[in-house]
Amino acid sequence: MVARAARELKPGMVVNLGIGLPTRVVNHLPADFPVCLHTENGLTGIGPTLSAEQADRNLIDAGGAYVSTVPGSAFFDSATSFALVRSGRLDLTMLGAFEVGANGDLANWKIPGKFSPGVGGGIELAQKARRVVVLTTHTDRAGNPKLKDRCSLPLTAKGCVARIFTDMAVIDVGQGGFTLVETAHEVSPSEVADATGAPLNIPETTLPRF
Amino acid sequence: MKLPDKSSSIEAAIAQIKDGATVMVGGFGVPGTPFTLIQALVRHGARDLTVIKNDANEPDMGIDHLLQSGQVSRLITTHLGLNANAIRLMNAGEITVEFNAQGILAERIRAGGAGLGGILSDIGIGTELAEGKQVVAFDGKNLLVEPALRADVALVHAARADTFGNLAYVATAQNFNPLMAMAADCVIAEAEQLLHLGALAANDIHTPGVFVDHVAALGALSKEYAVVRR
Repeated sequence: MVARAARELKPGMVVNLGIGLPTRVVNHLPADFPVCLHTENGLTGIGPTLSAEQADRNLIDAGGAYVSTVPGSAFFDSATSFALVRSGRLDLTMLGAFEVGANGDLANWKIPGKFSPGVGGGIELAQKARRVVVLTTHTDRAGNPKLKDRCSLPLTAKGCVARIFTDMAVIDVGQGGFTLVETAHEVSPSEVADATGAPLNIPETTLPRF
Repeated sequence: MKLPDKSSSIEAAIAQIKDGATVMVGGFGVPGTPFTLIQALVRHGARDLTVIKNDANEPDMGIDHLLQSGQVSRLITTHLGLNANAIRLMNAGEITVEFNAQGILAERIRAGGAGLGGILSDIGIGTELAEGKQVVAFDGKNLLVEPALRADVALVHAARADTFGNLAYVATAQNFNPLMAMAADCVIAEAEQLLHLGALAANDIHTPGVFVDHVAALGALSKEYAVVRR
């Protein structure tokens, strides 16, 4: 699923990979792939992650991982970092999710009474990146669908999600709700539909597998 | 002409902070957090503080010491995910927490430092972060009014400074420091290297010294500045 999501990055893009699963996407890209990675705490041109032994104490990504630079990297303050986000310079962001609505709504920052660490930069990424894709397990730990007709949790942003990569499928989100695009090996379209909490459009054609 | 000398001891600078003060603290995680100034504020003991900081560091690091000592009544921040102690204090009602979208916090501080009343933004419209905020129709859009933020005191960390208070940051230790260094009535900077006038090239300065009131040299860095082994 992470390898499949990595194919979403196209040459020339400016990309922000959210904390967690999305940051692993870089492991599936060639070292010379022409893309500019951004992190909220003030860096464009993120290089490989470093071990504690190799780390520079002043150089982290927004998740706190020690990272490196590449030729052409730039450092800047937090206002500049989000100026870049809000003004539409981010071609793509890849985020985690608690819930995604069939209307493209995203909930990924708060579970009232259980988890409320604050939204960080998530709202601006979700609301302002030119393309927002979600990388998540298809269901939560209890087996409940994360893809729902409407989100029940507090929203991060409305109508922002264009595509969802899960362990079961690739699903596009559009005017007609969820549409199946690809399935994982050994997973049938009807199994994906059963694990989805809203109607799933399944094209008549044979879908690619990943 | 010679530019004035603003070098100060850390204790003398921090001693000016009064009970009830609003204090901005630079840093995003470890990089750029002024750990030594924070430790001095813990020893100074000013209470009922409103602290403005991107995050609450991690347990037993940075502003967590101020939270543990009960000196903070209100925290204006973006994310507490790495500090379970801060989340516990928030959930227990021992501190009031105001969450901001990260770039909006940065821009509110920038506006405060730039002498503006606030900013207009569509960030968070349709979410609970918009609740209670004034909405204005402007240029055909509904926008939220985000008031500028200023503080009584800002505590910032620089890699290099000169005695006039010109500051230079490195790598991702820049973050909120240059913004906060413009947005407080009293700006206190700690510097890993405090240089004589002229040693910091004019082209390399991020924060002009006119914004800075006191600059203090750090000695050997404490363990808090080091790479965190998780």
